Amino acid sequence: MTRTAIVTHAIDVAAIIAEVASDGAGATSLFLGTVRDINDGRAVTGMEYTAYGAMAERELTKIAAEAVDRFGGVALSIEHRIGVLALGDVSVAIAASHPHRRDALDATRFVIEELKKRVPIWKREHYADGTREWVDPSSSVARMVAE
Amino acid sequence: MEVRVLLFASYADAFGAPNLSVTIPDGATVKELLARVKEMAVGQSLPAAPLIARNQEYAAPGDIIRAGDEIALIPPVAGG
Repeated sequence: MTRTAIVTHAIDVAAIIAEVASDGAGATSLFLGTVRDINDGRAVTGMEYTAYGAMAERELTKIAAEAVDRFGGVALSIEHRIGVLALGDVSVAIAASHPHRRDALDATRFVIEELKKRVPIWKREHYADGTREWVDPSSSVARMVAE
Repeated sequence: MEVRVLLFASYADAFGAPNLSVTIPDGATVKELLARVKEMAVGQSLPAAPLIARNQEYAAPGDIIRAGDEIALIPPVAGG
Protein backbone atom coordinates (compact mmCIF):
# COMPACT_ATOMS: atom_id res chain seq x y z
CA MET A 1 0.00 0.00 0.00
CA THR A 2 1.34 3.43 -0.91
CA ARG A 3 -0.54 6.71 -1.00
CA THR A 4 0.82 10.20 -1.53
CA ALA A 5 -1.00 13.53 -1.59
CA ILE A 6 -0.54 17.27 -1.53
CA VAL A 7 -3.37 18.62 0.64
CA THR A 8 -4.76 22.02 1.61
CA HIS A 9 -6.36 20.89 4.88
CA ALA A 10 -4.96 19.90 8.28
CA ILE A 11 -3.22 16.51 8.13
CA ASP A 12 -5.01 13.76 10.06
CA VAL A 13 -2.00 12.00 11.53
CA ALA A 14 -3.99 9.17 13.13
CA ALA A 15 -5.62 8.40 9.76
CA ILE A 16 -2.22 8.22 8.07
CA ILE A 17 -0.89 5.79 10.67
CA ALA A 18 -4.06 3.69 10.35
CA GLU A 19 -3.61 3.49 6.58
CA VAL A 20 -0.30 1.65 6.81
CA ALA A 21 -1.45 -0.75 9.52
CA SER A 22 -1.47 -4.44 8.62
CA ASP A 23 -1.18 -7.78 10.38
CA GLY A 24 2.21 -8.24 8.70
CA ALA A 25 3.67 -5.02 10.11
CA GLY A 26 5.99 -5.43 13.05
CA ALA A 27 6.95 -1.76 13.08
CA THR A 28 5.40 1.55 12.12
CA SER A 29 7.54 4.67 11.83
CA LEU A 30 6.11 8.18 11.69
CA PHE A 31 7.82 11.42 10.66
CA LEU A 32 6.11 14.77 11.18
CA GLY A 33 7.46 18.07 9.94
CA THR A 34 6.11 20.99 12.00
CA VAL A 35 6.35 24.76 11.79
CA ARG A 36 8.84 26.07 14.36
CA ASP A 37 9.15 29.47 15.95
CA ILE A 38 12.77 30.42 15.19
CA ASN A 39 14.79 30.16 11.98
CA ASP A 40 18.28 31.65 11.57
CA GLY A 41 17.70 33.59 14.76
CA ARG A 42 14.53 35.29 13.53
CA ALA A 43 11.17 34.94 15.28
CA VAL A 44 8.76 33.13 12.96
CA THR A 45 5.01 33.54 13.40
CA GLY A 46 3.81 31.32 10.57
CA MET A 47 4.66 29.67 7.28
CA GLU A 48 3.11 29.78 3.86
CA TYR A 49 3.63 26.74 1.59
CA THR A 50 3.08 26.74 -2.14
CA ALA A 51 3.66 24.00 -4.72
CA TYR A 52 3.86 23.24 -8.40
CA GLY A 53 0.99 20.91 -7.68
CA ALA A 54 1.02 18.47 -10.60
CA MET A 55 4.79 18.02 -10.54
CA ALA A 56 4.89 17.80 -6.74
CA GLU A 57 2.37 14.95 -6.88
CA ARG A 58 4.47 13.19 -9.53
CA GLU A 59 7.74 13.55 -7.62
CA LEU A 60 6.15 12.33 -4.40
CA THR A 61 4.71 9.32 -6.21
CA LYS A 62 8.16 8.56 -7.67
CA ILE A 63 9.83 8.83 -4.27
CA ALA A 64 7.27 6.43 -2.78
CA ALA A 65 7.92 3.96 -5.62
CA GLU A 66 11.68 4.22 -5.04
CA ALA A 67 11.15 3.57 -1.33
CA VAL A 68 9.12 0.45 -2.15
CA ASP A 69 11.97 -0.74 -4.42
CA ARG A 70 14.57 -0.16 -1.72
CA PHE A 71 12.60 -1.41 1.27
CA GLY A 72 10.56 -4.30 -0.12
CA GLY A 73 7.37 -4.89 1.83
CA VAL A 74 7.08 -1.31 3.10
CA ALA A 75 3.63 0.33 3.26
CA LEU A 76 3.69 4.13 2.98
CA SER A 77 1.30 7.00 3.43
CA ILE A 78 2.66 10.51 2.75
CA GLU A 79 0.89 13.87 2.88
CA HIS A 80 2.34 17.35 2.43
CA ARG A 81 0.17 20.29 3.33
CA ILE A 82 0.24 23.62 1.46
CA GLY A 83 -1.32 26.98 2.32
CA VAL A 84 -0.83 29.16 5.40
CA LEU A 85 0.23 27.20 8.50
CA ALA A 86 0.58 28.32 12.11
CA LEU A 87 3.35 27.46 14.56
CA GLY A 88 3.18 23.78 15.50
CA ASP A 89 1.03 22.81 12.51
CA VAL A 90 2.05 19.63 10.73
CA SER A 91 3.38 20.45 7.24
CA VAL A 92 4.35 16.92 6.25
CA ALA A 93 3.52 13.46 7.59
CA ILE A 94 5.15 10.20 6.52
CA ALA A 95 4.03 6.87 7.93
CA ALA A 96 5.89 3.69 7.00
CA SER A 97 5.15 0.19 8.20
CA HIS A 98 7.23 -2.88 7.56
CA PRO A 99 7.65 -6.33 9.09
CA HIS A 100 10.93 -5.05 10.63
CA ARG A 101 11.79 -1.78 12.41
CA ARG A 102 15.01 -1.01 10.54
CA ASP A 103 13.29 -0.83 7.17
CA ALA A 104 10.34 1.12 8.59
CA LEU A 105 12.74 3.72 10.05
CA ASP A 106 15.02 3.83 7.00
CA ALA A 107 12.09 4.19 4.58
CA THR A 108 10.75 7.15 6.57
CA ARG A 109 14.11 8.90 6.50
CA PHE A 110 14.60 8.14 2.80
CA VAL A 111 11.26 9.71 1.93
CA ILE A 112 11.77 12.94 3.90
CA GLU A 113 15.33 13.43 2.62
CA GLU A 114 14.30 12.91 -1.02
CA LEU A 115 11.20 15.06 -0.57
CA LYS A 116 13.34 17.95 0.65
CA LYS A 117 15.69 17.61 -2.31
CA ARG A 118 13.26 17.11 -5.17
CA VAL A 119 9.61 17.91 -4.57
CA PRO A 120 8.72 21.37 -5.96
CA ILE A 121 7.28 22.92 -2.83
CA TRP A 122 8.32 26.31 -1.45
CA LYS A 123 7.78 28.04 1.84
CA ARG A 124 7.69 31.65 2.87
CA GLU A 125 8.32 32.47 6.49
CA HIS A 126 6.28 35.16 8.18
CA TYR A 127 8.31 36.99 10.81
CA ALA A 128 7.30 38.74 14.01
CA ASP A 129 8.32 42.11 12.49
CA GLY A 130 5.71 41.68 9.74
CA THR A 131 8.12 40.83 6.91
CA ARG A 132 8.00 37.63 4.82
CA GLU A 133 10.76 35.77 2.99
CA TRP A 134 11.01 32.69 0.79
CA VAL A 135 13.20 30.03 2.36
CA ASP A 136 16.14 29.22 0.07
CA PRO A 137 18.08 26.15 1.19
CA SER A 138 20.87 24.99 -1.09
CA SER A 139 19.36 22.37 -3.37
CA SER A 140 21.29 19.23 -4.22
CA VAL A 141 19.16 18.89 -7.35
CA ALA A 142 20.36 22.33 -8.42
CA ARG A 143 23.95 21.27 -7.88
CA MET A 144 23.38 17.98 -9.69
CA VAL A 145 21.83 19.61 -12.77
CA ALA A 146 24.34 22.47 -12.77
CA GLU A 147 27.16 19.94 -12.96
CA MET B 1 7.71 28.96 -31.38
CA GLU B 2 6.13 30.59 -28.37
CA VAL B 3 6.54 28.83 -25.03
CA ARG B 4 4.73 29.65 -21.82
CA VAL B 5 7.03 29.27 -18.82
CA LEU B 6 5.45 28.68 -15.40
CA LEU B 7 6.89 30.60 -12.44
CA PHE B 8 6.58 29.89 -8.73
CA ALA B 9 7.43 31.37 -5.35
CA SER B 10 10.41 33.77 -5.41
CA TYR B 11 10.63 33.64 -9.23
CA ALA B 12 6.95 34.56 -9.63
CA ASP B 13 7.54 37.46 -7.21
CA ALA B 14 10.65 38.59 -9.13
CA PHE B 15 8.84 38.62 -12.49
CA GLY B 16 5.59 39.86 -10.95
CA ALA B 17 3.61 37.18 -12.79
CA PRO B 18 2.82 33.46 -12.57
CA ASN B 19 4.14 32.81 -16.08
CA LEU B 20 6.17 34.23 -18.96
CA SER B 21 5.84 33.97 -22.69
CA VAL B 22 9.16 33.28 -24.42
CA THR B 23 9.83 32.97 -28.15
CA ILE B 24 12.44 30.37 -29.13
CA PRO B 25 13.41 28.80 -32.46
CA ASP B 26 12.07 25.31 -33.26
CA GLY B 27 14.43 22.67 -31.91
CA ALA B 28 15.77 24.95 -29.16
CA THR B 29 17.11 23.36 -26.00
CA VAL B 30 16.36 24.05 -22.35
CA LYS B 31 19.68 25.91 -22.16
CA GLU B 32 18.71 28.15 -25.08
CA LEU B 33 15.33 28.89 -23.52
CA LEU B 34 17.09 29.86 -20.31
CA ALA B 35 19.40 32.21 -22.23
CA ARG B 36 16.30 33.98 -23.62
CA VAL B 37 14.84 34.33 -20.14
CA LYS B 38 18.12 35.73 -18.87
CA GLU B 39 18.08 38.39 -21.57
CA MET B 40 15.02 39.84 -19.84
CA ALA B 41 15.73 42.54 -17.24
CA VAL B 42 14.38 40.50 -14.33
CA GLY B 43 15.92 37.29 -15.69
CA GLN B 44 19.37 38.58 -14.81
CA SER B 45 18.53 38.17 -11.12
CA LEU B 46 18.13 34.38 -11.58
CA PRO B 47 20.86 32.00 -10.37
CA ALA B 48 23.49 30.94 -12.94
CA ALA B 49 21.80 27.61 -13.63
CA PRO B 50 18.22 27.58 -12.33
CA LEU B 51 16.32 24.31 -12.47
CA ILE B 52 13.88 23.84 -15.30
CA ALA B 53 11.11 21.26 -15.52
CA ARG B 54 9.78 20.00 -18.83
CA ASN B 55 6.42 18.25 -18.69
CA GLN B 56 6.64 18.04 -14.89
CA GLU B 57 10.06 16.34 -14.84
CA TYR B 58 13.45 17.94 -14.11
CA ALA B 59 15.07 18.70 -17.47
CA ALA B 60 18.72 18.59 -18.55
CA PRO B 61 20.25 21.64 -20.31
CA GLY B 62 20.43 19.77 -23.63
CA ASP B 63 16.79 18.60 -23.70
CA ILE B 64 14.92 19.83 -26.75
CA ILE B 65 11.70 21.76 -26.22
CA ARG B 66 8.73 20.73 -28.36
CA ALA B 67 5.59 22.69 -29.11
CA GLY B 68 3.05 22.22 -26.34
CA ASP B 69 5.60 21.22 -23.68
CA GLU B 70 4.83 22.41 -20.17
CA ILE B 71 7.93 24.33 -19.08
CA ALA B 72 8.54 25.62 -15.55
CA LEU B 73 11.36 27.49 -13.83
CA ILE B 74 11.89 25.84 -10.45
CA PRO B 75 13.30 27.92 -7.57
CA PRO B 76 15.35 26.06 -4.93
CA VAL B 77 12.82 23.71 -3.35
CA ALA B 78 12.04 23.98 0.36
CA GLY B 79 9.41 21.40 1.20
CA GLY B 80 9.13 19.53 4.47
